[in-house]
Amino acid sequence: MTAPLRIGVLVFPGSNCDRDCHEAVTQVLGAQADFIWHKESRLPPLDAVIIPGGFSYGDYLRTGAIARFSPVMTAVIRFAEAGGLVLGICNGFQILLEAGLLPGAMLRNRSLSFICKDIHVRIENTVTPFTSRCKPGQVLTLPIAHGEGNYYADQATLSTLKAKNQVVFRYCTKDGAVTPEANPNGSLDNIGGITNAAGNVLGMMPHPERCADALLGNEDGQLLLLSLLDAVKSRKPALATT
Amino acid sequence: MSSSIKDLIAQHGLTEEEYQKIVSLLGREPNLTELGMFSVMWSEHCSYKSSRAFLKKLPTEGAHVIQGPGENAGVVDIGDGLAAVFKMESHNHPSFIEPYQGAATGVGGILRDIFTMGARPIALLDSLRFGPLDQPRNRYLFSGVVAGIAGYGNCIGVPTVGGEVSFNEIYNHNPLVNVFCLGIARGDRIFRGRASGVGNPVIYIGSKTGRDGIHGATMASDSFDEGSESKRPTVQVGDPFTEKLLLEACLELMEQDLLVGLQDMGAAGLTSSSCEMASRAGTGIELELANVPRREAGMTPYEVLLSESQERMLLVAKPGREGDVLDICKKWDVDAAVIGRVTNDGLLRVKEQGAVVAEVPARALTEDAPTYERPAEAPAYQDFLQSLQLELIPEPTDCNAVLETLLASPTITHKGWVFEQYDHMVQTNTVIRPGADAAVLRIKGTDKALAVTADCNSLYCVLNPYTGAACAVAEAARNLVCVGARPLALTDCLNFGNPERPDIMWQFLLAVEGIADACKALQIPVVSGNVSFYNETRGLSIYPTPIIGMVGLLDHVEQAVSQGFTAEGDAILLLGETGEDLGGTEYLRVVHHREQGTPPVLNLEREVALHRVVLQAIEQGLVRSAHDCAEGGLAVALAESCLSATNGPLGAEIALDGHGLRQDSLLFGESQSRIILSVKSADREKIVAMAGHERVPCSVLGFVTGRRLMISIRDDRGRTALKVDRPCDKLDRIWRGALRAALETGERGHA
Repeated sequence: MTAPLRIGVLVFPGSNCDRDCHEAVTQVLGAQADFIWHKESRLPPLDAVIIPGGFSYGDYLRTGAIARFSPVMTAVIRFAEAGGLVLGICNGFQILLEAGLLPGAMLRNRSLSFICKDIHVRIENTVTPFTSRCKPGQVLTLPIAHGEGNYYADQATLSTLKAKNQVVFRYCTKDGAVTPEANPNGSLDNIGGITNAAGNVLGMMPHPERCADALLGNEDGQLLLLSLLDAVKSRKPALATT
Repeated sequence: MSSSIKDLIAQHGLTEEEYQKIVSLLGREPNLTELGMFSVMWSEHCSYKSSRAFLKKLPTEGAHVIQGPGENAGVVDIGDGLAAVFKMESHNHPSFIEPYQGAATGVGGILRDIFTMGARPIALLDSLRFGPLDQPRNRYLFSGVVAGIAGYGNCIGVPTVGGEVSFNEIYNHNPLVNVFCLGIARGDRIFRGRASGVGNPVIYIGSKTGRDGIHGATMASDSFDEGSESKRPTVQVGDPFTEKLLLEACLELMEQDLLVGLQDMGAAGLTSSSCEMASRAGTGIELELANVPRREAGMTPYEVLLSESQERMLLVAKPGREGDVLDICKKWDVDAAVIGRVTNDGLLRVKEQGAVVAEVPARALTEDAPTYERPAEAPAYQDFLQSLQLELIPEPTDCNAVLETLLASPTITHKGWVFEQYDHMVQTNTVIRPGADAAVLRIKGTDKALAVTADCNSLYCVLNPYTGAACAVAEAARNLVCVGARPLALTDCLNFGNPERPDIMWQFLLAVEGIADACKALQIPVVSGNVSFYNETRGLSIYPTPIIGMVGLLDHVEQAVSQGFTAEGDAILLLGETGEDLGGTEYLRVVHHREQGTPPVLNLEREVALHRVVLQAIEQGLVRSAHDCAEGGLAVALAESCLSATNGPLGAEIALDGHGLRQDSLLFGESQSRIILSVKSADREKIVAMAGHERVPCSVLGFVTGRRLMISIRDDRGRTALKVDRPCDKLDRIWRGALRAALETGERGHA
């Protein structure tokens, strides 16, 4: 019998989707979820790390700007560099950008307002540990909830992202058309989520953990979480960091 | 009495009689610090001196009530060892002075009231009132308040799941911002604001104390004039991140069983939290101000005691556990310090570096505050308000145009612009989202769910305060019933003008009686609440606005029902009866520019029977959608059910019997106790039979079909005329677009 899967969920003092992610991991994936406190400088042996949404340290300065200096992020960077799977959702995506694990930066939404609603994304790359259960071009309905989701990168970075298939989600209409009207926050090229070049780190603005339960009216998030589970299973044994 | 003392008393918002009462309670003249403490504690905001005697009329008991009014929040048992904890509060005055921070700190305050009781907050609602959006200042206030609520609630991670917004000139210079919070706690671990146990340590935790908000409570107990904006320094600045730390630290302290009692330092800050906790427990408290964490140097005891700096709590710990308390606070990076201890002498004794700077019986500040039974008299203008000669009001020639006008009215229109700025999904409990009659939140680990709603039609209330307030209770309950929830209890936020005016006091007394009678008939106790008087600017009072926040329980979350039609071919039924109820309607206001008449008649027995039928039908799984008929009447309610269908608008074909009524009464009248259901056509007769059994009028209106809303009226001779015929897509664009358009173009919607 193999050891149970262990997924770490980071907890910054201002994280507010940590419990939601924990619940999704345990209920949907049947995996063990461990909360990892932001003051920890070492990770226990883990199969994957989720950086949840929220306002890490209040984010009064710039989203994720302080979180990148936290002890736990030093450990997460080591974990990612060793090939560990890291999923950053919303504020988690913002932190990954600030920490340099993903390229680009996040600007305030085009409307300058916080936006919470269901949007549609098109799956642009199914050959990732986070989207393997999706079909190419499949349209998912996922909720967003952020004030700074307007992804930006310079032209060279954007070209690289495209060339290496690092763009995983694009905002689209319910029929899958990538249009300016379907872009909720003004992000460059309708980008809703990207991976690093190696493909083991994903940052995404939508919240899969909020749509993984039929009771809430939408289970599209399960596809992403179950893809992660498949990837973890195929990568056992657990990666330990030192 | 010297004129300088007279001035000092007046500056502190006290009367000379009140000053004399202080002298007799103390047996001496108060010093300046003590005068400041009395000033805030005896302010209307803290003492409820004009309302306390009358609030006793409200029913507060029920088998499931764990904690009624008098604590930081009300608590009701919801089974499974759990309790729902909730309260509503106003933050009107600060929000008018500084909309973003005023609203944000309102959210912060109500959250603290909830987690103080040992509950984790799970939902927020807001009831907002503004002047019309054609005025730039109102757009500024509205946008600022919504952004402030969003800024605070989103950051701390408590979903804002609903509420209500309406617009009327009467709120031009006095907007209302009422915030409601619901939390869940273990029923056997409710914490109260009591300083029990002589010798126990008194601990300050949270933000450092600054000079902000001194005399905020006194400001909130005064009317407004031209200079109100100069009071901006008395509005505090919110820090939701610190509140998040405070929330988590408090919940952990309670989980570890380290506390005896705790209270938020809200209005009147350290003074109110310490004297109220001592007073409730019959103890005293001795404080050493030198130990209070401070943000500014050189603060006087007066300033430290009266500061309303946000995100602070006062705790009384179990004996010898102060070290453990401080350790948990350190883990969460929250400032904490032991600043005193519980005593047995009933005194609030305040020291600065060991020297006594104030010494006042705790009860003198709380229980002994003056109460007034102020004179009440119906105003002379009441007859004019209630006069309405319907024969002078022409019936509409184009009902389509009226329907479109109403759907675009900012009070009726879709509020997506508001609630899309609120994170309404965090915590993953939101089963029915904002925009419905009530929001529904599942309770993880159980099969149950809680439903929450807020309601008040203040136009009804000014026309008849008794009926208007009773209607607010009935409609809130009806909203809960529409989603399948049994109403459990309510909290009220009573917003009125200056109680020193007999006409305002008359409105207040009638409204309290209206709430009390509706609560008794519907068997819904009042478990918490708030009174906000002095909502008056330059002599003009707001309409009486008693907002009702209500909580209901669903035993089976999967039975929750929403307002949108679900399938073509379903039968549409109306439960309840339509009468000639045009007084106080949104139709009369928007189309005929009259705010007049008598509000709809409310028959509480019929209301109770209606609720029984709908709940029974929902519990039997027969109901596909349910929607309350409210502002805009039957036609607007039908349109909303069409436009709220999950996968885009669904049409309906409706035929109404004329019953000899005016067609505007039929379509846009606001008769109470009516709910529109859609059911599978095979289940239609079952509903008709259930309604017949309870003697609730039930009529089959038509069925869900196509993509147009068509309403025809059959007159007494059997002739049918098509009165409304519009594509749903067009109605949808109007309904969803009107608020944004009103804000973006600055054009007057139809307020």
